[in-house]
Amino acid sequence: MNFLSLFVAIPLLMMLGLFIARNMTQIRTVMATGSALLLILASVLTCIYLSERSAGNTAEMLFMADTLWYAPLNIHYAVGVDGISVAMLLLSAIIVFTGTFASWRMAVLPKEYFMWFCLLSLGVFGFFISIDLFTMFMFYEIALIPMYLLIGVWGSGRKEYAAMKLTLMLMGGSALLLIGILGIYFNSDAQGGPLTMNLLQIAQVNIPIEAQRIFFPLTFLGFGVLGALFPFHTWSPDGHASAPTAVSMLHAGVLMKLGGYGCFRVAIYLMPEAAHELSWIFIILTSISVVYGAFSAIVQKDLKYINAYSSVSHCGLVLFAILMLNQTAMTGAVLQMLSHGLMTALFFALIGMIYGRTHTRNIDEMGGLMKIMPFLSVCYIIAGLANLGLPGLSGFVAEMTIFVGSFQNTDLFHRVVTILACTSIVITAVYILRVVGKLLYGKVVNEHHRKLTDATWDERFAVICLIFAIAGLGLAPLWMSDMISGSVLPVISQLMN
Amino acid sequence: MDYSMFLNIKEELMLISLIVILLLYDLIAGEKGRKYFGLTACILLGIHTIANLFPGEPVEAFGGMYQYTPMMTIVKSILNIGTLLIFMQANTWLNREDTKFKQGEYYVLTLSTLLGMYFMISAGHFLMFLIGLETASIPMAALVAFDKYKHNSAEAGAKYILSAVFSSGLLLYGLSLIYGTVGTLYFNDIPAGIDGNPLQILAFVFFFAGMGFKISLVPFHLWTADTYQGAPTNVTSYLSVVSKGSAVFVLMIILMKVFGNIMAQWQAILYGVVIVTITIANLFALRQQNLKRFLAYSSISQAGYIMLGVIGGSTLGMTSLVYYVLVYMVANLAAFGVISIIRQRSGKIDMNDYNGLYKTNPKLSIVMTLALFSLAGIPPFAGFFSKFFIFAAAFQAGFHLLVFIALINTIISLYYYLLVVKAMFINENDAPIATIHSDNYTKLSLVLCTAGIVVLGILSIVYDKISLFSYGI
Repeated sequence: MNFLSLFVAIPLLMMLGLFIARNMTQIRTVMATGSALLLILASVLTCIYLSERSAGNTAEMLFMADTLWYAPLNIHYAVGVDGISVAMLLLSAIIVFTGTFASWRMAVLPKEYFMWFCLLSLGVFGFFISIDLFTMFMFYEIALIPMYLLIGVWGSGRKEYAAMKLTLMLMGGSALLLIGILGIYFNSDAQGGPLTMNLLQIAQVNIPIEAQRIFFPLTFLGFGVLGALFPFHTWSPDGHASAPTAVSMLHAGVLMKLGGYGCFRVAIYLMPEAAHELSWIFIILTSISVVYGAFSAIVQKDLKYINAYSSVSHCGLVLFAILMLNQTAMTGAVLQMLSHGLMTALFFALIGMIYGRTHTRNIDEMGGLMKIMPFLSVCYIIAGLANLGLPGLSGFVAEMTIFVGSFQNTDLFHRVVTILACTSIVITAVYILRVVGKLLYGKVVNEHHRKLTDATWDERFAVICLIFAIAGLGLAPLWMSDMISGSVLPVISQLMN
Repeated sequence: MDYSMFLNIKEELMLISLIVILLLYDLIAGEKGRKYFGLTACILLGIHTIANLFPGEPVEAFGGMYQYTPMMTIVKSILNIGTLLIFMQANTWLNREDTKFKQGEYYVLTLSTLLGMYFMISAGHFLMFLIGLETASIPMAALVAFDKYKHNSAEAGAKYILSAVFSSGLLLYGLSLIYGTVGTLYFNDIPAGIDGNPLQILAFVFFFAGMGFKISLVPFHLWTADTYQGAPTNVTSYLSVVSKGSAVFVLMIILMKVFGNIMAQWQAILYGVVIVTITIANLFALRQQNLKRFLAYSSISQAGYIMLGVIGGSTLGMTSLVYYVLVYMVANLAAFGVISIIRQRSGKIDMNDYNGLYKTNPKLSIVMTLALFSLAGIPPFAGFFSKFFIFAAAFQAGFHLLVFIALINTIISLYYYLLVVKAMFINENDAPIATIHSDNYTKLSLVLCTAGIVVLGILSIVYDKISLFSYGI
């Protein structure tokens, strides 16, 4: 068995462990061990991957393994990673690890909660290692359905509504996606080969342009719904606002990246001609996402809603950059996925911790938290600064790369949308600074808040891990961006042909 | 006469002997002996299932009246397994005071309908097919009205028999038209005479309408919800999986074999029927409170999905269809098993009664959830795979828009399946259904169904085996 499959096996074993666990200590042991193992595995994978590359291994995907699964349809369980998937796996492992600690004190039905949590992470990891469309789609859907119960049972506020809305919209997206996948599959014999679901093999085939014109938009939209593409983003604010802390972290941090990754890996990689032809439609939509998300964040009062709309804006930027169809912008897109994943997870973790103490998320009902919980407040400022793109933190690197890349397209249309998208940086600064000012400085609004305590050890641990990662990516981005841009090349060469 | 021909129908003969044994047992055994009736029936049917698990060579017997292909063994085995699971779930119900004395009838009647389905599947002549169909329907009406002292059950029985007879009438009229235009009723000879003249199309429409009643496709579905609701839960599950599964398979065989020449015409008819079936059934299912009615509409919409495998008439279509029937069977039986045991123990059947079920009955809730997830097509459960393959089959045949509409409908169906999950896990309830201890038979059947739901998709071996024996036009 290929060692990549461990990414699927470990969550499975964790679920098994949780199933037999009898008390909270055992549950915590299983979760901490399992998620630490995943993190170690992801770090080791990164190191091996880098050393393989520096040793001159130029294969498109490394560590490939292939097992025939459904022979009549030529469906395989095929895994393999390139620089982008390695980066995403690392991100997912970090967030699963910190998410475990952010929900350390889960009181209601902890066993079931962590089991669904593990199933969710299983889907995410499986998605990133797959190179077979069927397996990929299966893991994609595995990652979606636990959200319903995680939000519905453990959420807060209008949780039932939000859970149902989120599930149905995402499943609607995956219905479009399924058509796209079937379309790709049944056109994969265009040059006489066998029908196949393998990404690398399909990439060798020129799918007829008529088919591409139909199936590219479907596939892109299908993944785009998860990437919060305007106008299909409405599940995101409600879902994030109602979800429990760790689920928001995992969902905004990793799950939404499935959308971006899928658009990149399936839609654009396999159907490059249609991508050239039709990208303008989606560029317009993503530009709206970027600007509209940022503006919406300005007027929100609920901390989670602010961050959810900010996610819409930032994830819009990911899709925007992918659609620029050049190497720099695409590298920036992946960097943005990483950076946004870490930042958002940090934000949601902090919001969850603040909410757990103040029992409100309305910024009007809080103030002067800096004096009461200095640790959380400082971390909140760091997250905010990363979000608005302060140099030295990850957000700057990502957005810089994206805009440098998108300016490389010299025609008027691309120039205009790039400038529009750039304005989001300014708007981001507005809503971040507004929240920081209201929430952390000023007078203490509610006198009861004075008695509140600062973060506990497990919370501090989760937060520090994330800040460490954000600063690491911001201060030393080159190794990561090299790793990514090398792996973007095959897609670029597809687009050039 | 060459008596060795009878060896070719050994599956049917074994089932007949099984029926005879059970009949005699019912006659001879006294009050005490009856206690083991359920066990005996399960064991004998289990032996029958295992003995007939392995397909033989394609063969024709009795001058073409009886036709056998290896695929039929697979389908019959699926029906056997379904019946076996249903027998296991019947135990609690049959041991009730008012049914205890007639439990022998239940087993014999059920197996008689199964025998009818056997003949229907292997028919090579429309007369044989009709005999099988009637053998499958008439005892079925008796089963539906099994709790005859309950108003609903008797009413359901009457509804079932009336609609069954009516549909048989339509079907017969269609057959008579075919005989009139072609001059034969042998499956082997009819295709040569089918040239697509209007009378034959009309004949086909009558035939299809008759089958539509059996499969409960919209617009022939009106009996379904009432019958499902009124019939004993156990019989409902039999109706919804075994009866439906066999009818769908037979329809596919006949469409391919007999009506292959007018494929374009029946595809057009099916196209409309599938869309209407899936959509209408889903829309009606949204508002159901009674879980039996709920599953009735859900099973109508599932029938629509199954027809997606028929419409292409391809090898992939047949494989997906048989696989879908199998997967649908385990999931539906799990759901019905849970509903049935809860109905028996607490008398509750409405969705509101299920509020907070997870707190008191975690295991039953999980089985129900897995079953509904599988029906909705959520991975990693088997329903995902079967849905994917059946969509692939229809897509391959070029029905892109149809697949799209069906997919949109899966979202609607997900919504109402989630409503039940929501009731069990999320909704608060001050007085949830008390903890239920099910009997060992039910437990075993639920465990088997759950195992099927989890394993059938991940292990590809079942699908691969089915695909070995599939064929297309």
